[in-house]
Amino acid sequence: MNHDHIFNPKSLPHSPEKATLEGKNKFLGLWFFLGGETVLFASLFGTFIALRNSTAGGPSSEELFGLELVFIMTILLLTSSLTSVYAMYHMKNHDYKKMQLWLGITGLLGISFLGLEIYEFTHYITEYGFTFRSSAFGSAFYTLVGFHGGHVTFGIAWLIVIMIRNARRGLNLYNAPKFNTFSLYWHYIDVVWVFVFTVVYLMGKVG
Amino acid sequence: MKAWMGKIKALILMGLMAVILTGCGKENLTALVPKGYGADESMKLIILTTVIMGGVFLVVVIVLAYVLIRFRRKKGQENYIPKQVEGNKTLETVWTIIPVILVIIMAVPTTLVSFDLADASDSKDHINIDITGNQYWWHFNYQDEDIQTSQDLYVPVGEKVYLNMISSDVIHSFWVPSISGKMDVNPENTNTMYIEAYEEGVYWGKCAELCGPSHSLMDFKVVVVSKEEYEQWVADMKNYDPEKDEPESAVAKEGKDLFEENNCMACHAIGSSPVQVGPNLTNFGNRSRIAGYKETTKENLVNWLKDPEEMKPGNLMTGKYPELNDDEADKIAEYLLQLKVTDVTPDSAGK
Amino acid sequence: MSIAVSESSAKAQKRSIGAVLWDYLTTVDHMKIAHLYIFGGAFFFILGGIEAIIIRIQLLVPENDFVSAGFYNEVITMHGTTMIFLAAMPLLLGLMNAIMPLQIGARDVAFPFLNALGVWLFILGGLLLNLSWVFGGAPDAGWTAYAPLSSTSPGHGVDFYVMGLQLAGAGTLMSGINFLVTIINMRAPGMTYMRMPLFTWTTFITSILILFAFPALTVGLFLLQFDRMFGAAFFDVALGGNTIIWQHLFWIFGHPEVYILILPVFGAFSEIFSTFSKKRIFGYTSMIFATMLIAFLGFMVWAHHMFTVGMGPIANTIFSVATMAIAVPTGIKIFNWLATMWGGSVKLNSAMLWSIGFIPSFTIGGMTGIMVATVAADYQYHDTYFVIAHFHYTIVGGTVMGIFAGLTYWWPKIFGRVLNETLGQITFWTFFVGFHMTFFIQHFLGLMGMPRRYWVFLEDQGLDTGNLISSIGAFLMAVGVIVFIINAIYVWLKGEKAANDPWDGRTLEWTTASPPEHYNWKQTPLIRGLDCLWLEKTEGNGKMIPAHPLKDIHMPNGSILPFIMSLGFFIAGIGFIYQTDNKLWYIALFGGMAIALLTMLVRSVQDDVGHYITKEELKGEAE
Repeated sequence: MNHDHIFNPKSLPHSPEKATLEGKNKFLGLWFFLGGETVLFASLFGTFIALRNSTAGGPSSEELFGLELVFIMTILLLTSSLTSVYAMYHMKNHDYKKMQLWLGITGLLGISFLGLEIYEFTHYITEYGFTFRSSAFGSAFYTLVGFHGGHVTFGIAWLIVIMIRNARRGLNLYNAPKFNTFSLYWHYIDVVWVFVFTVVYLMGKVG
Repeated sequence: MKAWMGKIKALILMGLMAVILTGCGKENLTALVPKGYGADESMKLIILTTVIMGGVFLVVVIVLAYVLIRFRRKKGQENYIPKQVEGNKTLETVWTIIPVILVIIMAVPTTLVSFDLADASDSKDHINIDITGNQYWWHFNYQDEDIQTSQDLYVPVGEKVYLNMISSDVIHSFWVPSISGKMDVNPENTNTMYIEAYEEGVYWGKCAELCGPSHSLMDFKVVVVSKEEYEQWVADMKNYDPEKDEPESAVAKEGKDLFEENNCMACHAIGSSPVQVGPNLTNFGNRSRIAGYKETTKENLVNWLKDPEEMKPGNLMTGKYPELNDDEADKIAEYLLQLKVTDVTPDSAGK
Repeated sequence: MSIAVSESSAKAQKRSIGAVLWDYLTTVDHMKIAHLYIFGGAFFFILGGIEAIIIRIQLLVPENDFVSAGFYNEVITMHGTTMIFLAAMPLLLGLMNAIMPLQIGARDVAFPFLNALGVWLFILGGLLLNLSWVFGGAPDAGWTAYAPLSSTSPGHGVDFYVMGLQLAGAGTLMSGINFLVTIINMRAPGMTYMRMPLFTWTTFITSILILFAFPALTVGLFLLQFDRMFGAAFFDVALGGNTIIWQHLFWIFGHPEVYILILPVFGAFSEIFSTFSKKRIFGYTSMIFATMLIAFLGFMVWAHHMFTVGMGPIANTIFSVATMAIAVPTGIKIFNWLATMWGGSVKLNSAMLWSIGFIPSFTIGGMTGIMVATVAADYQYHDTYFVIAHFHYTIVGGTVMGIFAGLTYWWPKIFGRVLNETLGQITFWTFFVGFHMTFFIQHFLGLMGMPRRYWVFLEDQGLDTGNLISSIGAFLMAVGVIVFIINAIYVWLKGEKAANDPWDGRTLEWTTASPPEHYNWKQTPLIRGLDCLWLEKTEGNGKMIPAHPLKDIHMPNGSILPFIMSLGFFIAGIGFIYQTDNKLWYIALFGGMAIALLTMLVRSVQDDVGHYITKEELKGEAE
């Protein structure tokens, strides 16, 4: 007996990502996961705040950070959040091609963000000799920002996988939740960056 | 009849006393017989909370026993269906409100005492001692007097003494149960607490934070002496000049030479010195214990010098000096044991 | 679909060991995963028990040299770590996995694949941690692993601690999310929140605790890992590090963790008291709110483990009073249980004995909890045997007794056999007496001046008798556990197949077969009230009314991927540990990671829409 029709109905419902129990479960599960991630990042932020002045004679945040670069990074990531909203808008309207297009743009913005972050880290290491091992501040900085960067990397890899996998399949009730959860995750990463920007860079620059 | 009753009563009382005394542990170690301000304050809270919580426990157990006797399913009741009670607002309110009241009763004195014990506003008016915790020994630096000693902490009776504690390696915790509760000795910040002993005597101190293999052997002593004796001790320690001090016996002299040849001075100071890699040995002959916990005998000291690892696993002295033969160890021991700069000793305390 | 067919046809004949093994390696069924959790948990419980016995032999007499100082520290560290993370947690997760879906009328959990991944991460994480015994020494910095003792501990022991717990912790986090989504999205028709059995409720609240507590441990372990393996300076005071950060992170996780251990058994006890008193639980609503309050306060009190750290009197008293407040909801629960039995028809079998024994034991644990929460008194208790006594009264007197009670109660549902009552009572009495002998005296040992984690206590310090009594008690507890194991083996070999409802139960799990089919019910039941089975019984139906006509059942496919993925992380863990010795170990590190990520990729790309059990097949199977 073939149950294929359950995931490939003749016409998609308005919110294909939440039409099945699996879809609802994924969506809720990811929300909870992000709840856990919040504690993870809160712990990292707490650690960073406790150690941000422990430079052990090495470079401090005032000397290191330049807000211009970080500002561009922020814009890139915020924009990518917006483009993923467009993608989800098109998904809800079953416009698969436009969804893929906007997701592609989201991915490219994410990659540019990542590129700038790598540039930033190399800059600190080569210009200032400021590394993960320099001081407790160094460890805390690279760990916090690195964890965020790691999340971005994972998000991009995830996006590429689901885009390629579903390139020829088209939208159905099986893969719609996957796109949806990715988008939710991506927004979350974006929100975390806003805090990174504030706590690490702005507070680091202002004192 | 009455006399007979009286005797029985006396007997029971004495028996009880014996049980309580042995049951409270060793004097000058146990927290159950407080002999200092901090331990006393803690004990009051211990008693208050025990009484209140004991009362709660009794209520629970009595109700439980009653339920088990009264409502146990008996033969022939297999098919009895009890009334399905949902709850009872009044009862549930009662057993919410009463615990709230009990918590408040306990919270108020708790708050008062912990603020009292943490108050260091008058530390400038009292003796201040800097304490360093090390794997696995304690160093005491009397900052106002320029005296250093290790393992045996001398303090005057009935006086507040401020302890400023920091660790040179891992976290330790300073605990003299009979005098005061404990405080952690952290590597990154100085923690301050004060102690005030009520009676003269030698008190056991323990390390209470896991710090490595010999954590359980990191004992020390607090020697509480009268004010006059304390001043005497300070004066003797201050006036001691290691340059001028020559051992009397020939063996001890040889021991001193060996001590120097083997470069023991790199870690151990005799006399006032900032060196604190290893314990300061100025009044070593007066120490109450070898390696913190073994009785002060020459045999124990010889064994310690020959193989510290055997006595205190993981200690940092092992392997820092050439191996000693029996004769060398014996001579060094002879030298160390005659380092008695003062008559104020653990033996004299409280006598 | 093919799996369903092979399973039902295989039932007829005895399956080969290889087939059973493959079945368990690939299973995503909640009951089989529960079996894995329970077997794994039991294995590590025995291991932790042996470690406990070694501790008590060493402390039998003063200045004993049964084991060396270094080895002793390894044993205490592994005893604590094993018992908490590898015994108590998995046994509870096993009970939750087995029973919670049955109590809400679900066919499985929301993410069966993740469920399997969780159990394999736990098993391989536990294995990794214990491999340290063979490869040059176990962790020796205490289960709390305070830095800098842990960050500077020589050898690889603490590295194994970090990687093992990281794996097991990730698995637990997945279970937490899984249970939450299951309870929210997959309840049977009519199963409203306020009709859920209390065990399901406590599973729900425990899962929230897991979700918000474990990431703090994850971060703590990462920091420790970075310090030990990659030269970071989080806990290196010379480079500006701060060792207190570890204590905060550890206890932000660690305090909720003890409620993670106790809340599920609160739920189990509630079911047992109710069933064997033949009464509905007294104050159902207040039980739920008390549980929520405990969970909420559980996050506000972590620093009461750190009163002697030097946080100052303001922080100390805030945390102290917040901690005392937890006594209020806990008291509500104790009195509600007593009131449940009051006026009931109380049957005293072994499951009930565990529950009744729990009440005074846990009350003592609770009252000493208040005592250690009293800041200035805690200056004396802290890090002494008083604290050891306190938390064993809560964890053994609460969690372990609860696990025994829950296992005895649900054994027929999980394994299809009723445990032998006589052996059950022998287990209870030896364990109960042994437990109080071991730990009651330790309150006094602590106050008499015996700090915890002491390899030896000295002669003539008044500590000899107490330690001797304590050690004898520990042997009695061991006897109790051995009798329980004999009981389990005995009923497996000789016991009769259990009835569906051996205890005259009240909740939904007793309407399935014992053990249930992998799809649990042919037709999802319709829930009409709290204690839904009892409701149908009193209304004369005796069984549940189906919520829908017989139809095809959608079930997830089994998969070997969770096992392979966990294995990848396991190999990577070993690589992480040893890359500090030799760069060649990077092969294991990256190889393992590659295996794990590739499996993720396969999982992501593969179409896995599950399979269907058709109406016809269901009709074919006998009632």
